[in-house]
Amino acid sequence: MMTTHEPREPERSDLFVELPAIDEETTRRLHDRLVREAQTAGLLDVAYRTIDSPVGPLLLATTAKGLVRVAYGCEDHEKVLERLARDLSPRILHAPARLDAAAKEIDEYFAGLRRGFDLPVDFSLARGFRRLVLTRLRAIGYGQTASYAAIAIAAGNPKAVRAVGTACATNPIPVVVPCHRVVRSDGSIGQYVGGVDAKKALLTLEAAA
Amino acid sequence: MSATLPPFEEIVTTHGPTVLRVCRAVLGPMDADDAWSETFLAALRAYPTLRPGSNVEAWLVTIAHRKAIDQTRARARRPLPVDPLPERPAPSDADRGLDGDLWAAMQALPFKQRVAVAYHYVAGMPYADVAALTGGSQDAARRAAADGIATLRKTYGEGGPR
Repeated sequence: MMTTHEPREPERSDLFVELPAIDEETTRRLHDRLVREAQTAGLLDVAYRTIDSPVGPLLLATTAKGLVRVAYGCEDHEKVLERLARDLSPRILHAPARLDAAAKEIDEYFAGLRRGFDLPVDFSLARGFRRLVLTRLRAIGYGQTASYAAIAIAAGNPKAVRAVGTACATNPIPVVVPCHRVVRSDGSIGQYVGGVDAKKALLTLEAAA
Repeated sequence: MSATLPPFEEIVTTHGPTVLRVCRAVLGPMDADDAWSETFLAALRAYPTLRPGSNVEAWLVTIAHRKAIDQTRARARRPLPVDPLPERPAPSDADRGLDGDLWAAMQALPFKQRVAVAYHYVAGMPYADVAALTGGSQDAARRAAADGIATLRKTYGEGGPR
């Protein structure tokens, strides 16, 4: 073009300024379809949802292998999702139906109707000794407690009491993997990933049932 | 800390509406759902290889553009149906409202004008990016968009949203 183009058209045409927002029903329909097609194509690496519980909102996340993460509100769910994107895969979608079974079991647990979980779990977020510790925790029965020292012995390393504490504090699947049942040798309650009050609430729930 | 990709859910929430508008502008409301779905499924597939910090919306519009070309070609090959196709879900009332007429007016524009208008005015892309996507010069993209808008003013009229 030889001459400068005449700037007759405005930068944002008023024709498009006040288009109505995409309605919720359309957004939901397209999102549902994306989840469905992603699952069929094997592209949904991590599905998540949140549920309400007596200890606050919980974020649940699953991979194809099983439940990979349960997060308390105090862990900041947005940050938890960012870390899942970094550590597992960024192919993450909000897909509540994928977690219906997990949500049901956790609801039953908080209602005092369930003493153990039948859910498959995925320990991908824990490595080495920490993962070993977490696998030992499921041996502590409902309503019982064990000391950090006892778990260190069960994990084959009696001196690793502090490491057991770290493994519990970084448990990616609290509630379902019962790190809340690990307490101090002197009987005091000890720390908890969801806060001491949440730990007390779970132990009280289990003592009452 | 190295930059990382946000969860894909965030991409859908942030850019889904704009990409749907672009699809509606280019293909009309009836085919927009399919194009949107194909775009986001393809994006999800490629997402782990996207460089963190990329212009995600431009990336999505690029994918949508390829899907639009595919659909336009398929549409040209599709024989005219003898009976109307009843199984295609009708867009909801809200979809058909105010912007429904505008998308219909868009459909009457030549493809080059339609995509130029959609990418510049609906997606907010600068003409340099529009030209990179559609081929041709930046001026050609600007002219195609201007011609498209001029036609829309006549066909869609003054009664449009202000």
